Amino acid sequence: MSLLAANLLHYGFMRRALLAAVLVGLAAPAVGIFLVQRRLALIGDGLGHIAVTGVALGLVLNRAPVPIALVTAVVGAVAVELIRARGEQSAEIALAILFYGGIGGGVVLVSQAPSGTRSLNQYLFGSISTTTSGDLRTFAILAAIVMVVAVGLGGALFSVSNDDEFARASGLPVMRLNLLLASLSAFTVVVSMRVVGVLLVSALMVVPVAAAQLVARSFRMTFVIGIAIGVTVSLAGVLVSYYADTPSGGTIVLLAIAVFALLLIAKNIGRLLRRA
Amino acid sequence: MTTSGTPADAATTSVIRVRDGRFGYGNQTVVSADLEICAGEVVALLGPNGSGKTTLLKGVLGLVDRLGGSVELFGRPIGEFRDRSLIGYVPQRQTAAGPIPVTVQELVRSGRLARTGLLRRRTAIDNATISSAIDAVGLQGKAREPIATLSGGQQRRALVARALAGGAQVLMLDEPLAGVDQENQDALAIALGALVDAGVTIVVVLHELGPLEPLVSRAICLDSGRVLFDGALETAPPTLLHLGHDHDPHGGPAPHRPRSGMKLFP
Repeated sequence: MSLLAANLLHYGFMRRALLAAVLVGLAAPAVGIFLVQRRLALIGDGLGHIAVTGVALGLVLNRAPVPIALVTAVVGAVAVELIRARGEQSAEIALAILFYGGIGGGVVLVSQAPSGTRSLNQYLFGSISTTTSGDLRTFAILAAIVMVVAVGLGGALFSVSNDDEFARASGLPVMRLNLLLASLSAFTVVVSMRVVGVLLVSALMVVPVAAAQLVARSFRMTFVIGIAIGVTVSLAGVLVSYYADTPSGGTIVLLAIAVFALLLIAKNIGRLLRRA
Repeated sequence: MTTSGTPADAATTSVIRVRDGRFGYGNQTVVSADLEICAGEVVALLGPNGSGKTTLLKGVLGLVDRLGGSVELFGRPIGEFRDRSLIGYVPQRQTAAGPIPVTVQELVRSGRLARTGLLRRRTAIDNATISSAIDAVGLQGKAREPIATLSGGQQRRALVARALAGGAQVLMLDEPLAGVDQENQDALAIALGALVDAGVTIVVVLHELGPLEPLVSRAICLDSGRVLFDGALETAPPTLLHLGHDHDPHGGPAPHRPRSGMKLFP
């Protein structure tokens, strides 16, 4: 097995894919836990849709799509938060238009790109062979920012996600914290671009956290277990993807769902046994 | 500038002053009021559903739109009032639990942010205050339990502890008795009684006085967004006090117990 691992690490693209997997496995649940607690579990999905336009723009302009997607996702995330903050009846529809505009615009744009839709697929659903060293540097910086903020400002992000009315009454800068969380979500979408894909990253924000909360008894424990699950399934997904020749994003998400299902079954068996 | 309500100046310190305040949403006024609350008072905001009592409470806290007039907290205009930890807010929540498990301690800790701010690490004093807030509502021994495993009444008390964790001198509670069984109502009344003894000012939105009646010194009765009565509870017209419970929604025992029968401070 270790021989196998040594062989794998011999390939530069595998080293980069595995490192990228660790980064997204760390960042996605670390942000996702606050989104889930805010009952905005699907917002990452919307940001992924918006990022598609950024990726397509990069492909059309024949420039590195990662930085362009980063700008698009952050602008999109801030727009989403500002629309939500207005809290009007029409906010949900405005968000839907933004999200579908993002993916619609992306698909149309990319049809004009020299590389065509084939390369778009890799960004949407992940591919292990595509991570460049430049990408990896960007991912490492973004993931580091995500982790430092999620841990350092964890208390405030928790308060806002848990009860934003109370947070406002306590004098916390709720709007700024929400914009910060939105930006962290956008960063995470970008970190996911290579191995998970922007259309599947939301699953990695939500499913490891959903699995963790089945067994954890506190927010902190959910945070730690969620990240552990995120890193584990990301690494395992990249390896399975290599051997089984499957797209890495889908593989990672299916593994995360499998962990969720196993923990759910284990929890229910445990409950039955305790009752018996 | 007086910014604290120590027991010595309790009788005179104005903690909340609303002048010609109009509060609501967008451009629609829900409630208008003119009032002053001083340190050490225990004020009940009473009225039927839709009378504007919750909107008034939230208006004082700056949580709904102020459409006219002014609000002063501890003698400062609300826009300039920075020491939010002096005021503890207990929102009306059916449950304090969210999708992710949160322990009582984690919930109460989030109330301490009003004092520590975003970045400062918690000190031993912070942790001690958090523990004593949990003790004050009688939830010691439950600190590490997930909120969702507590009863509705215990969850409500956890929300009170969260409001206390910043070191609040004024507690603003929104319907703390709603949907809470008698035993937990009494436990809450005992906890609030101890806080009143310690000099904490209390403003509480109530549908009916219940076991809090012996604590309340002043009643502000609202209907249709206007203050109909503001004065000592004993002098309040009984018809206004009974606005809230022409029917007992829970079909339980009569909510009113003889005041002489209450033993909150044994």
